[in-house]
Amino acid sequence: MSYARALRCRKCGQEYPLQPLNRCDFCLSPLEVSYDYKAMARGLSREELAAGPRSMWRYRDMLPVEGEEVDIGTGFTPLVKADNLGRELGLDRLYIKNDCLNPTYSFKDRAVSVAVSKAREFGFDTVACASTGNLAASVAAHAAKAKMRAYVFVPSDVEPGKLVGAAIYDPILVKVDGSYDDVNRLCTEVAKRYSWGFININLRPYYAEGSKTLGYEVAEQLGWRAPDCVVAPAASGLLFTRIWKGLDELAMLGLIEPVNTHMYIAQAAGSSPIVNAFNAGSMHVNPVTPDTIVKSIAIGNPADGHYALMVARQSGGGACAVDDEEAIAGVQLLAQTEGIFAEAAGGVVVGVLRKLAASGVIKRGELTVASITGAGPRTQEILADIVRPFAVQPTIESVEESIGALVRSA
Amino acid sequence: MTKRQVMFTFPQELIREPIIYSLGHQFKIVTNIRRADVTENRGWVVLELEGEEKDIEQGIAWVTSKGVRVDPVVGDVVEG
Ligand SMILES: Cc1ncc(COP(=O)(O)O)c(C=O)c1O
Ligand SMILES: [Zn+2]
Repeated sequence: MSYARALRCRKCGQEYPLQPLNRCDFCLSPLEVSYDYKAMARGLSREELAAGPRSMWRYRDMLPVEGEEVDIGTGFTPLVKADNLGRELGLDRLYIKNDCLNPTYSFKDRAVSVAVSKAREFGFDTVACASTGNLAASVAAHAAKAKMRAYVFVPSDVEPGKLVGAAIYDPILVKVDGSYDDVNRLCTEVAKRYSWGFININLRPYYAEGSKTLGYEVAEQLGWRAPDCVVAPAASGLLFTRIWKGLDELAMLGLIEPVNTHMYIAQAAGSSPIVNAFNAGSMHVNPVTPDTIVKSIAIGNPADGHYALMVARQSGGGACAVDDEEAIAGVQLLAQTEGIFAEAAGGVVVGVLRKLAASGVIKRGELTVASITGAGPRTQEILADIVRPFAVQPTIESVEESIGALVRSA
Repeated sequence: MTKRQVMFTFPQELIREPIIYSLGHQFKIVTNIRRADVTENRGWVVLELEGEEKDIEQGIAWVTSKGVRVDPVVGDVVEG
């Protein structure tokens, strides 16, 4: 049994039954799952949670799922102490939450696992999404596991590796010939036309809750405490707000001390509507038209932008963007210091971390967690020019000629 | 008849113009404002449009041609 009790409007507080519904009828603001925390607190302890499965489903009682979960083995990903990267950046207590190590290689599995579980519970036989790749793969994989149909809409400029990453699970893949805005417009209409479980539309409140588990895990893995600082990428802003909600809930349930974590938003400069608003001192996010190679977080009109801003402000955190070059440098630095190959969104996090540490916003001694949310191998084209092998003949003389000097100087 | 929820973002030079009024009049659309914030130099309005599909399409095209940015209120449907 779950402790979820209603959907609640984040703006005006109006409540709705737990249905496939994502927006308040009155003020058109997003809805959020609310829980009976008193009852939840009675049923939970650190020991019990720690004895659960080594996946995100160890936190099942804190998620809005009633029936059997659709689980492909997501979560409880490593939290690694990143001493080498920390030394480069001037941070003594840096950790990396490595969410590249989820079944479809991004944190999206957390959100989608909950959303598809709910879709099945609601009686949908079909799920759908519009995605630049990570969400597409995750939805297709979960639909395969749940034996549901999946319709996946992608823009025409999606990287080939991301297409393969979704197609392998055999969804109905629809590539839209048009601009980013066209895809958005089309998919809004598609969602209205067909009665599907649309992962980030009518299932969005449930989808959102899955991301909380990243916050829960970080706290548990640190020995039941919240970090001093978190740096996380934001596209729609949902993950960012839910990491915070996860930490906040643990404190509310008495599982950790009151949270004093500074939350920092990382975006790519070519698509940074939330960072722009933060810097302008505004609480309203003006949409932009994305132009960046960091496609997985290139969202121009972020659904939860306003709420991500609130978290950054209320937590005494901030928001920062880096350009494409800095993002790629970040991907390389992370790989070359910690052996973790992230996609460009991870490079953005590392680039932002570098800036925040260099400017003293994040201090050397603060326990800082960088959320690395997606793996690199599906978007190799952005790194094509790093492959410069020494070409040799199959003779020892040729090897000596080519790399002999290098070997001797090592 | 159909309904569409949208967000208009106005640049400074359009803030004094009665765009929402004209939209309602010229395109036979009922406009219903739900949330808004307008200052001297910028403004946004979240509203619901009700009318015939083709009138709403034409109305939005007209508003866009005036220089107003039109976005879905749910945020972008495409995700990463
Ligand atoms: C790798 C990666 N990181 C971060 C995000 C940000 O997610 P959100 O839309 O919750 O802000 C996404 C998805 O959009 C993503 O694919
Ligand atoms: Zn409301």
